[in-house]
Amino acid sequence: MRFLSLIGLLSATVLSAVFVSPSQTPSQAQQPATGTSPSPATPVATSPQGAAAGSVASPFGAQAQPNGLNIVVLDPAHGGTDPGARGTGGIRESEIVLDFAIQVRRALELQGFQVVQTRQGNEDPSFDDRSATANAQRGAVFVTLHISSTGMQGTARVYVNSDLPPVADSNGLIPWDRAQMPFLGLSKTFGDLVQGFLAQRFKGSPDAAQTASVRQLRTTAAPAIAVEISSVTVENRADLDRMAPGVADAIARGAAAFKPSYVVPTVTGGLR
Amino acid sequence: MTPRWKFLFVSGFIFALLAAAIYFPILRRRVKRAAKMQQQSEEQARRELAQPITINPGDPRVKARVFWASDTIDSTLVPVTVELPLSRDPVLRSKQVLNTLLAGPVDAELRTLPPDALLLAFYLLPDGTAIADFSEALATSVPSGIVSEQLAVNSITRTLEANVPQVQRLKILIHGQEVETLAGHLDLTGTFVVSTKPASPAPASAALTPDKTPGKLAQPERKP
Repeated sequence: MRFLSLIGLLSATVLSAVFVSPSQTPSQAQQPATGTSPSPATPVATSPQGAAAGSVASPFGAQAQPNGLNIVVLDPAHGGTDPGARGTGGIRESEIVLDFAIQVRRALELQGFQVVQTRQGNEDPSFDDRSATANAQRGAVFVTLHISSTGMQGTARVYVNSDLPPVADSNGLIPWDRAQMPFLGLSKTFGDLVQGFLAQRFKGSPDAAQTASVRQLRTTAAPAIAVEISSVTVENRADLDRMAPGVADAIARGAAAFKPSYVVPTVTGGLR
Repeated sequence: MTPRWKFLFVSGFIFALLAAAIYFPILRRRVKRAAKMQQQSEEQARRELAQPITINPGDPRVKARVFWASDTIDSTLVPVTVELPLSRDPVLRSKQVLNTLLAGPVDAELRTLPPDALLLAFYLLPDGTAIADFSEALATSVPSGIVSEQLAVNSITRTLEANVPQVQRLKILIHGQEVETLAGHLDLTGTFVVSTKPASPAPASAALTPDKTPGKLAQPERKP
């Protein structure tokens, strides 16, 4: 009888150990990404709410980040059922930006940055999920890559979000859908740096970053820029592929030059 | 089979073949005509929905500034002066200038909006917020990209700014619905700034009501 109760106790201990260990997984998932290539299957935050909760203590905290800027979140736009811009020669924006991302990633890693991609393959995360990937990082900037349908061939433009209307909220919380608001100044500084390097490489490109109401940038709680390259209407895809090293180098050098300017804005409250 | 039956069968077969040879072209023409009629009725329905603005000859002819793409500087807008009879009512006036913008310039290459896009409705709220409702073609036919989508929206806002001082902000709807982006990039969930100047008082007759057409959004009358 005693032997039976001992076996029962032992099995109960084993069972509890089995059930307790999976419950630790979510808290592990909340840790900031430390690897250089996190799998999209284990995103740091997969929902706006989750990311918002996670970022309350980090990007809007009063204290500066101890390690400063060290992560670049790279967003190859579109994907999955959304091909983005399409050229007459069958060129798809979603495919080209993924190829560009490989080169941009390599250039950033050479500059010492950790790179987190919002998609690795032909998936189409929502705008909010892409922003959530960035918002869950500490000390990060966000770069979304695009290829346009129009514009002078062989040029590249950087966009930062247009001014967002101020929020009337007595508790000082930033609404999730305007997460970019406190970062607009930093985004402009970062955008101007990258655009400067692009203008040196690609003649006819503007000298400074431009503003536009880019949906992807609005919900991103980090210095965030969109880089758009012209265009999918090239006769030969090789013309676009030839631009990739220059674009990668400009983004990497821009991020490195921006590093000393990176100071987390002080905002009471956080995201709501 | 007796020769009589064979004769009957062959003549029946030849008769059926002749009848089919005569009837099939007629049937084909009928199907084509029906398809054309259906296409015309769809187009008619779209046009009726869009309610084209009738030009009132009594309206004063003014030099309207309409913003289309520049033929010299890439991805920029230039104002083109077009002499039009424009209403004093800000809603009708907005519809008139936007329909002119949609009709496009002489050089079709300089269009900023798709040729099949239509303005379905236009409202103006008392605070100067305008709501322009476009057909789905605006979202589906505009070239996808930040630069092209911004050029499309800027041509709308700058044309309104130049011709309708009462409009301060613009909200764009697609087929009566709020959409997240125009064609995958430009954010349509908010409003676009049209003018930062204070709105000039509207003519008393206009009273900033959205439209005179029944069934349109009407603003509640405010009594002092």
